[in-house]
Amino acid sequence: MGNYILLRHRDIPEINKLDVYQKNAGFKAFKKVVTSMKPAEVTDVVKASGLRGRGGAGFPTGVKWSFMDKDNWPHYVVANADESEPGTFKDREIMESNPFQFIEGVAIASFAVGANAAYIYCRGEFWQVAHFLDQKIAEAEAAGLLGENLFGTDYSLKIYTHLGAGAYICGEETALLESVEGKRGQPRLRPPFPPSYGLYGKPTVVNNVETLTNVPLIITEGADWYKALGTADTAGVKIFSLSGRVKYPGNYELPFGTTFRQLIYKHGGGIIDDRPIKAIMAAGASSSVIPATDAALDTPMDYGSVRTLKADLGSASVIVIDDTVSMDWVVNKTIHFFKHESCGKCTPCRDGNYWMQHIIERIHSGEGTAEDVELLNSVAKQIQNKCLCALGEFSIQAVMTSIERFPQDFQRSNV
Amino acid sequence: MTKQVTLTIDGQTVTVPEGTLIVDAAKKIGIDIPVFCYHPKMEPVGMCRMCLVDIGRPVFDRTTREPVLEKDGNPKIQFGPKLETACTMPVSEGMVVVGMSEKVQTARNDIVELLLTSHPLDCPVCDKGGECPLQNLTLAYGPGESRFIFDEKQHAAKNLPLGDLIFLDRERCIQCARCIRFQDEIAGDAVLEFYNRGRRTDIITNSEPGFDSYWSGNTTDICPVGALTSADFRFGARPWELKAAASLCTHCAVGCNLTYNTRREAKSGGEVVIKRAMPRQNEQVNELWICDKGRFAYHFAESDDRLTQPLIRKNGELVPASWEEALTLAAEKLAGAKSGLLTLVSGRLPNEDLFNLRVLTEGLGGKTGLYTHMAGGDLVAQFGLGEGSNLAALGKGDAIVVVASDLEEEAPLWWLRIKQAAERGAALIVANPRETKLDRYATHRVRYAYGEETNVVARIGDPGYKEADRGSWIGDLVYKASNLVVFFGSEGLGLDGSTALAAACAKLLVDTNHTSTTLSASTGKANNGLVGVWPRVNEQGAWDMGFRPVSDLHADVLYIVAADPVGDGAAVNAKFTIVQELFLTETAKQADVVLPAQAQVEREGTFTSGERRVQRFYPVTSPKGESWADFKIAAQIGAKVGVELKGRFPSLVFPLLAQEVAGYEGLSYQKLAEVSEQWPIVGREDLYYGGTGYKNEQGLGMQLAPQGGEAPQCTEAPKMPGANLVAVPVTSLYDRGTMITPSKVLHPRLPEPFIALNPADAEKEMAAEGMTVKVGVNGTSVALVVKFDRYVPAGFALIPRSMGMDLDGPVGIKIQIAENVAA
Repeated sequence: MGNYILLRHRDIPEINKLDVYQKNAGFKAFKKVVTSMKPAEVTDVVKASGLRGRGGAGFPTGVKWSFMDKDNWPHYVVANADESEPGTFKDREIMESNPFQFIEGVAIASFAVGANAAYIYCRGEFWQVAHFLDQKIAEAEAAGLLGENLFGTDYSLKIYTHLGAGAYICGEETALLESVEGKRGQPRLRPPFPPSYGLYGKPTVVNNVETLTNVPLIITEGADWYKALGTADTAGVKIFSLSGRVKYPGNYELPFGTTFRQLIYKHGGGIIDDRPIKAIMAAGASSSVIPATDAALDTPMDYGSVRTLKADLGSASVIVIDDTVSMDWVVNKTIHFFKHESCGKCTPCRDGNYWMQHIIERIHSGEGTAEDVELLNSVAKQIQNKCLCALGEFSIQAVMTSIERFPQDFQRSNV
Repeated sequence: MTKQVTLTIDGQTVTVPEGTLIVDAAKKIGIDIPVFCYHPKMEPVGMCRMCLVDIGRPVFDRTTREPVLEKDGNPKIQFGPKLETACTMPVSEGMVVVGMSEKVQTARNDIVELLLTSHPLDCPVCDKGGECPLQNLTLAYGPGESRFIFDEKQHAAKNLPLGDLIFLDRERCIQCARCIRFQDEIAGDAVLEFYNRGRRTDIITNSEPGFDSYWSGNTTDICPVGALTSADFRFGARPWELKAAASLCTHCAVGCNLTYNTRREAKSGGEVVIKRAMPRQNEQVNELWICDKGRFAYHFAESDDRLTQPLIRKNGELVPASWEEALTLAAEKLAGAKSGLLTLVSGRLPNEDLFNLRVLTEGLGGKTGLYTHMAGGDLVAQFGLGEGSNLAALGKGDAIVVVASDLEEEAPLWWLRIKQAAERGAALIVANPRETKLDRYATHRVRYAYGEETNVVARIGDPGYKEADRGSWIGDLVYKASNLVVFFGSEGLGLDGSTALAAACAKLLVDTNHTSTTLSASTGKANNGLVGVWPRVNEQGAWDMGFRPVSDLHADVLYIVAADPVGDGAAVNAKFTIVQELFLTETAKQADVVLPAQAQVEREGTFTSGERRVQRFYPVTSPKGESWADFKIAAQIGAKVGVELKGRFPSLVFPLLAQEVAGYEGLSYQKLAEVSEQWPIVGREDLYYGGTGYKNEQGLGMQLAPQGGEAPQCTEAPKMPGANLVAVPVTSLYDRGTMITPSKVLHPRLPEPFIALNPADAEKEMAAEGMTVKVGVNGTSVALVVKFDRYVPAGFALIPRSMGMDLDGPVGIKIQIAENVAA
């Protein structure tokens, strides 16, 4: 085994070619599950591995699979490749460079939940990726690794790619499903959750690209092997998308439990111009902003530990902020993003972000007053806990935590 | 029986069926949880977030599954971390819902404030002002003062026509999607949708022409702000100036309950003027909805072309006369005619008038006749729907047969309610020679050639018949259905064809044991029976009052009431003709005496719907000129010829009618005015819940029991004419009849008189789409515009009724194209 579990192309050149992938045990896991395992056994292995969803919520993957309604058929698997969170760029690297491992993960998940059709939902801007995946799926089909009666069994699987039209909201799983169905991408009410009412109203598993890419090696190497990686809270490895004011931004595949300090200073080479670090956003634009104290920098990155910092690890898109950046600038950026991406379905997100943008623009341009900062915080509170979907709730994380944790950055007013 | 669930809402305990939403459970006990996007007739979406409540649920011990108790012995209640939407959350046992807490009230304030920041706050000039859910909830919640900078508010287009009938004010819209969802879920015309996203989200129409739906007006009722207004009412009046009068729609046989809003206007000389028609809730008839024809085509009564005084022919010309003069002349002629008298009426007349006219005619020894192209009212009286029927009760296990009808065009509300029954799982068999909109919801579609309708119905009920090539016979389904309702229309049919079809349909119900000839338990079983899709509102009432169709319009003296056979091209021949009408129709122009009648909105009376529901309507406006109600005119003539009739009030006629007419015994105006609680609960005080439709306080009407009796006598269907191109009459909702053309607001939607051809046939005839051609029938010819319709079967042409050329059945035609016309 090389250095990488997910970004194996960094170990093995040309693993995006089917023959190379197969030479490196590619599709063995899928063949193994189809020919020698029961679907429930596959789910049990994934459950035992401790694999949690990499899209941000960290929900145990095997548990999600086991929720599939067995009295309602057909079942579907949908891979969420909508990767739209600012600062997140891990799924793209997987799909572009290690596509077969991802496709094999989709296939194993499909077998585990009894799906004969799986969809890979790519954000609209990923049209080249989708085209590339189409080729790879076709190659796998030609090689008899996907399609009808696989490995001489009666199990058949078709995998399709589906392109969105470039909307952040379609990363929300129910909006994604609406979009696959050809409807306007807006979130549905939950419950019911996709494992009972998903694509076309049928039980559906929606998993992130990175999550699924873990699965083939969990099958071949075993649940215990995987569980031994990472921490007690969060098993396995994670691709941390590191960006912001660091010397070497990029994707870093590291075990859960790696500290912020290790990621930023050891792997990321430290801050540009060796300036002091100020804050960390661990979950892209949806982050609660973490003041970069020594204690915070030494916090291991797993879902539980990051929560002790009153923040979330989310999709682990770590944006580093140094002392050259004022937090009102950051908040101005995130609000613009959320105002632009709000789907408009529910009132608080639709109207709240509109007004937050106006207020933060005032503050950021130096024309705001202390009352404006209060108003901004108040509108954020007005949105809080009232939105239809989680993405609406994310829109205020950076706003409220920045005002709370960096109040001085909002006192640049002329008044 | 559905499981009952008990919960507490703001300290009040309520028990409701499992699956009930919190917002509805609260409504039951008089607690108004504020909503914008929720509507009790539509799937909840939880978008507006106005209905947030705090929900606590009993805590259960994980191992014992017993409820955990507090020290005081009450169940321990765990509240969620967030507020939840009452409109999406079903009730559960022991749930505690809190709406009156500060937390919840603050949340509602927050939502109202956000909605108002993007709202123009132009209530003083807004049509909705005074009956606006947003306005009402702003008074109840919200900060009252803005915290934002006005110049930063978003501006958007105003007065934007979505179509000819509905206008959109984008600034007022709060993106609740009620209109979009109504069009999609209820009307089946998904012609509205959201465009763009976030704060820029807009309502757009994706149809050509814009907002192309017969249901568009309903969106103005359920719009919780003034974003959608109708071309008819906008800028017309303020809601608080309006009086409400209960009425019935007169445009088809459904009998939708209406409320007319009126006010006195200086520009109308201080007269009472109808400002708008609104649906009045009757869950057994029209629920909360009406079609656009019912909503917008009421203007005929106020038309300046109405007859306002009697006319008599002097020296070959019709000249004004006094009532005394005209009545004396009419009475003299009527009395002299004896058996040479034919009193011809239409189903436009209320029951009381029909009753008086029949008694008068019989008293004079004359004959009566019903002017119609459709037969079978006697069979509907025998085998009609059982008492207590409600189309909303049909669902899984039930079957509905619709034959020879394009139902959305002929009786829109029945179309809507049958669609819903099919969506609930009822088997829907649609038999028609061409595809109609109802086909979308059909479980079984039966295509036949025009002229084959009777055979097709006979085959459904004939166990000996199996469709060999398909191996399935839909008759099984009809036999096994728990309930069977058969709707028969008059698509492509004249009187003879209709007679044959009605009998076949009645026979199907009898043969399949869904009704019977003997009055027994099964006769009149609720939700079973025959329904006539009549061309006029009270055609069933006319049959019940004893009128039967006539096609021979020759008599010594013709007394024609509310019918225009000459205008329809029928041959009329009499020595003396008396016409009683609203307008100077073609028939009236040829008459010797013309008597001005009152419109339905000017008096009271009753109609009997196709479902044989007798319903009352009330006076709305004052009579035009010197016009009298038809029952009164009949009584006045009666007084002159010695036939005693009640002429002062319909309420005096009705008891006599109820005594004499089979099936009507026991009915009274009091009974017809009774109401019971209906669900959903709508009313003026809580209009954010159900919209601005009216609560029914004036009567739900009463359904008549079917009479049973002789088995239906099947007759031969008439032979189809042998011609290359056979024209058949069809019914179009928007026609060019005298009841619709005075409503100018509908003019952009009224088609030119047209003939619909299959493109292949049109090519044979060298007719291009949109071309005006001369269509010749029996020596006369009419100019019609060619419309291509791929659903028209080859060899046939459709000619809509009341659009310039009325066919009395299938007929061979010749088409002359433009050059020849010019030559």
